[in-house]
Amino acid sequence: MIDAVLHLPPFDIRVRSPLPGVAEHLAYHYPGAGRLGGGEFVDFDIEVVPASGLRRWWRPQARFLLDGIEPFFPLPVEQAAPMFEWGLNWCVAQRALGYLVLHAAVVERDGMALVMPGFPGAGKSTLCAALTHLEGWRLLSDELAILDPERGVLLPHPRPIGVKNDSIDIVRAFAGSRVGPTYLDTRKGRVAHVACPAASMSRAGEPALPAWVVFPHFVESAALAIEGVTRVEAFTWISEQSFNKERMGELGFAGLCRLLDRSSCHELTYGSTRDAVAGIRSICARGAAQPLPHGGSPAAPGPADRA
Amino acid sequence: MSGRLGVPGLLAILHRPAGAQDLSGAGWSELIAAARSSNLLGALAEGLRASGVVAPEAAARHLEGARQLGGRQRLSVRWEAHCLQEALGGLGVPIVLLKGAAYVLGYPALAEGRLFGDIDILVPRPALGDVESRLMLAGWSSSSVDAYDQRYYRQWMHELPPMVHVRRGTVLDVHHTILPLSARRSPDPQAIIERARPVPGLPGLRVPCPEDLLIHSITHLMHEGELHNGLRDLHDIDRMVARFATVPGFWPRLVQMAAGSDLAPPVAAGLSLARSILGSKVPLEVLGRLDPGFGWRHRAVLHAYRCAMRHPTPGRRPWQAGLAHGLVYLRGHWLRMRPWQLARHLATKAWKGVLPRPS
Repeated sequence: MIDAVLHLPPFDIRVRSPLPGVAEHLAYHYPGAGRLGGGEFVDFDIEVVPASGLRRWWRPQARFLLDGIEPFFPLPVEQAAPMFEWGLNWCVAQRALGYLVLHAAVVERDGMALVMPGFPGAGKSTLCAALTHLEGWRLLSDELAILDPERGVLLPHPRPIGVKNDSIDIVRAFAGSRVGPTYLDTRKGRVAHVACPAASMSRAGEPALPAWVVFPHFVESAALAIEGVTRVEAFTWISEQSFNKERMGELGFAGLCRLLDRSSCHELTYGSTRDAVAGIRSICARGAAQPLPHGGSPAAPGPADRA
Repeated sequence: MSGRLGVPGLLAILHRPAGAQDLSGAGWSELIAAARSSNLLGALAEGLRASGVVAPEAAARHLEGARQLGGRQRLSVRWEAHCLQEALGGLGVPIVLLKGAAYVLGYPALAEGRLFGDIDILVPRPALGDVESRLMLAGWSSSSVDAYDQRYYRQWMHELPPMVHVRRGTVLDVHHTILPLSARRSPDPQAIIERARPVPGLPGLRVPCPEDLLIHSITHLMHEGELHNGLRDLHDIDRMVARFATVPGFWPRLVQMAAGSDLAPPVAAGLSLARSILGSKVPLEVLGRLDPGFGWRHRAVLHAYRCAMRHPTPGRRPWQAGLAHGLVYLRGHWLRMRPWQLARHLATKAWKGVLPRPS
């Protein structure tokens, strides 16, 4: 039985589970996450428990509970660890806590953040793993961009990177990558978690300023292509990937505008991880040297230049 | 989980917000979880703010989030009301906003700290066809229910199948009466429409008068089969009692209107619940005048409601609470449908579940 309060900025999460799969997952992926004692405030009170009755014995299932309420259908007990990760993503995306939450990977270098909104199959998780393992970027999140709309900064929420199917072996080959067990036959296919690099985990308290928004677009055997995206297009696309912009009203709208004001926006079409990394290098090459207070980086024409 | 604090702790703090000052971090977690599961997080946030209680920073984030969401939803409800005026204003028929929409447009103090779902309106039954076609022209369409559901709604229910706006995704419930046509009681909706009050700036819209607003809210709570929002509804009732009861002549008018609508017994039961659970200031003689025959059977029903409301979530609740929820569920259906209708309805639903879906 595990009963731990994890400090995973910007949230504190209580996890209780008698399932060994969950305990092993937490030990492998969150060894550095602060363990708090009892008695503190927690943002999410999560239990992953075995289903009762028949389902305890016959094709056993795991249930996810948030504050005692079950928001999802149970999954096979072998998938308890991925269920914890998905469930926690859902908690962060659903709960109104004053942050604008986007479905996007975020990495940072020299204080400047690259946001990659995640259309399914775009390859953002693999690319995110490549940038953090091979290119020295810091991982803020591979799935949830958490924007503090008042300060205009992106908050780290370092957790393992979820990769699926063929990407698992690609990422396993990266130097220094630590990949946990592979879960078969999930609703997303084969799934594994890549541990968040220790250096990113230890800087979980440091926010980053947005500088680039890149929409990755994987096309089998396509040549590398980088195209500028206008602010209006970027706003439309990124809105589709927002979990709660509508619910946040004016604050969310203004926050997203501010993020785009500061960022140069691009669409990146690629056919291999190597190309994608080269594309990111060229987009971010000179931008990091001279951050501007407003209107994007000087390296690539920002939306303001084009307007 | 509601934890040790649970619903009783939440109610104590809603009643006396200063009590939250002594809570530990874990106590705040339990308080916020209990408030969220009862859909009263916004009400808690407003209550604490009004009393000047400063929550610890981590807890304040949840309270502030609920407040922001509530503010955003109130704006959205106002916008929907303007769209309804635009779509239906030309008909020359009174459109009465019900529940949350009526609070926002007619009684803003009741809307503070409340979260909103669908928009509900009441229209005169003869105008129903015109209203429906105008709404369709303005972008609302009947949600994806099949032919059986369409007929079920139109034959037995008090409302059209929910309409969804194609662009905004908002849901509109168009009622033509108060309770399902199949229900045991049949209050007259025309009286509510006639007594309704104008909404400033929106000439086609109305809100129920205070007495009808309270009667309607109680009637729905006491006919509901599920109590997900039971405590929230009771909290609405408590706030209405606190605000309206100070107006001279309120209680006699309420008794008269409830009796005239054939709703005096359920109103008595609902007020009695608010009195015992939230300490609402309802004079005992009002209960006596509403329902002189109040006896042990009523008490047993109220006991089941109280028990169900104290344990709103199915998580780890005592078996008595599970039983109480079951009783409330059965009672809700019993009041809304004759047994043969219920049997036929459930059989049809089960049969449809077995049949392959038409593609």
